[in-house]
Amino acid sequence: MKVAVTAQDPNLESTVDPRFGRARYFLLVDTDTGNFTAHDNAQNLNALQGAGIQAAQTVVQLGAEALLTGNVGPKAFTTLQAGGVTVYPGATGTVQQALEDLRSGRLQPAGKANVEGHWV
Amino acid sequence: MKIAIASGKGGTGKTTVATSLAYVAASDGHSVAYLDCDVEEPNGHLFLKPQIIREEPIRKWIPVVDPDRCTHCGLCSQACRYGAIACVGEETLIFTELCHSCGGCLLVCPEDAIREVPKPIGRLRTGKSGQVEFVEGVLDVGEAMSPPAIQAVKDTAPDVELILYDCPPGTSCPVIESVRGCDLLLLVTEPTPFGLHDLKLAVEMARALKLRFGVVINRADMGDREVWDYCSHQRIAILAEIPDELAVAEAYSRGEMAAESVPRLAEQVRRLLEMILSGAPV
Repeated sequence: MKVAVTAQDPNLESTVDPRFGRARYFLLVDTDTGNFTAHDNAQNLNALQGAGIQAAQTVVQLGAEALLTGNVGPKAFTTLQAGGVTVYPGATGTVQQALEDLRSGRLQPAGKANVEGHWV
Repeated sequence: MKIAIASGKGGTGKTTVATSLAYVAASDGHSVAYLDCDVEEPNGHLFLKPQIIREEPIRKWIPVVDPDRCTHCGLCSQACRYGAIACVGEETLIFTELCHSCGGCLLVCPEDAIREVPKPIGRLRTGKSGQVEFVEGVLDVGEAMSPPAIQAVKDTAPDVELILYDCPPGTSCPVIESVRGCDLLLLVTEPTPFGLHDLKLAVEMARALKLRFGVVINRADMGDREVWDYCSHQRIAILAEIPDELAVAEAYSRGEMAAESVPRLAEQVRRLLEMILSGAPV
């Protein structure tokens, strides 16, 4: 399964970035092989508005089936849902730990956004 | 002549100056219109107490996607610089609360799948307060984009000698929309560190927009002298100094027209008005 994880650095030892829309990087991890690619999110990091929506579009376009992150707001959640991405909020620690938490079932899929929207 | 009354800092006296200018101008026989451009919190009506003659909705244009024509090519999403459109899988989502009604998505859509529909965002109220023509916009609660409402207010200006734009505080988009196209910008400030800090931002804005502007110092006998030093150093004209008077604050708190209740204030505002009408030295 292809899983996107928000990260502060472009490697598996990185801390999970708790922000979704303005995360530093998205790591796209293939949980079957352990291979991953890092994707810079600088464009959305500096967006005036709509960062969550555009980040969600990026994650969908990367082909992710699941997303592990800290928090997801309502617009981003709607977009991810439309793109068929299952959202697992509340991820903490390193990217590797978050992936382990997904395997062990500690992380559970969310049915709605876990935080409110905000302006800029 | 179009005069915008703005400030960086809130609470410096924009509405007191703007409504007093309207009142004094009308008393002196000038035809004048007061336009409340502070559509998120219009308060000029509290003092002018206008009789509202007409009320109509303000709308902004938002895009709607025809799902039968849309191929989810993503060009509209790429074109939207406000990040309001997402193309994911078999869906094109438009988040209209982020839309600035620029129409870019319509232009780039190769399938002609996007059309614009009007969405109500507030109310436009017009009326009269004595001889003063009154216009105000009231943005709906929860609506984030005030510029279209401000445009609607400004487009409603009657054909009169003197048009006064009572602007929102700050220096962001709503203020830019309010001051745009004015012949003279009055920056109301107060002699405090906060007043000066935000005056500097407002001056930068006025210069970037290449507007003629001058400063009105309200509560001029309190605080410090930094605003005068700044204006002198920057060669900015101080067009009026209004002393701090308890009677003005009392009239304000009762919702009275300060220029009517406090004749001394009316005289100061009259001098400002005459200076403006005779071509302010800015």
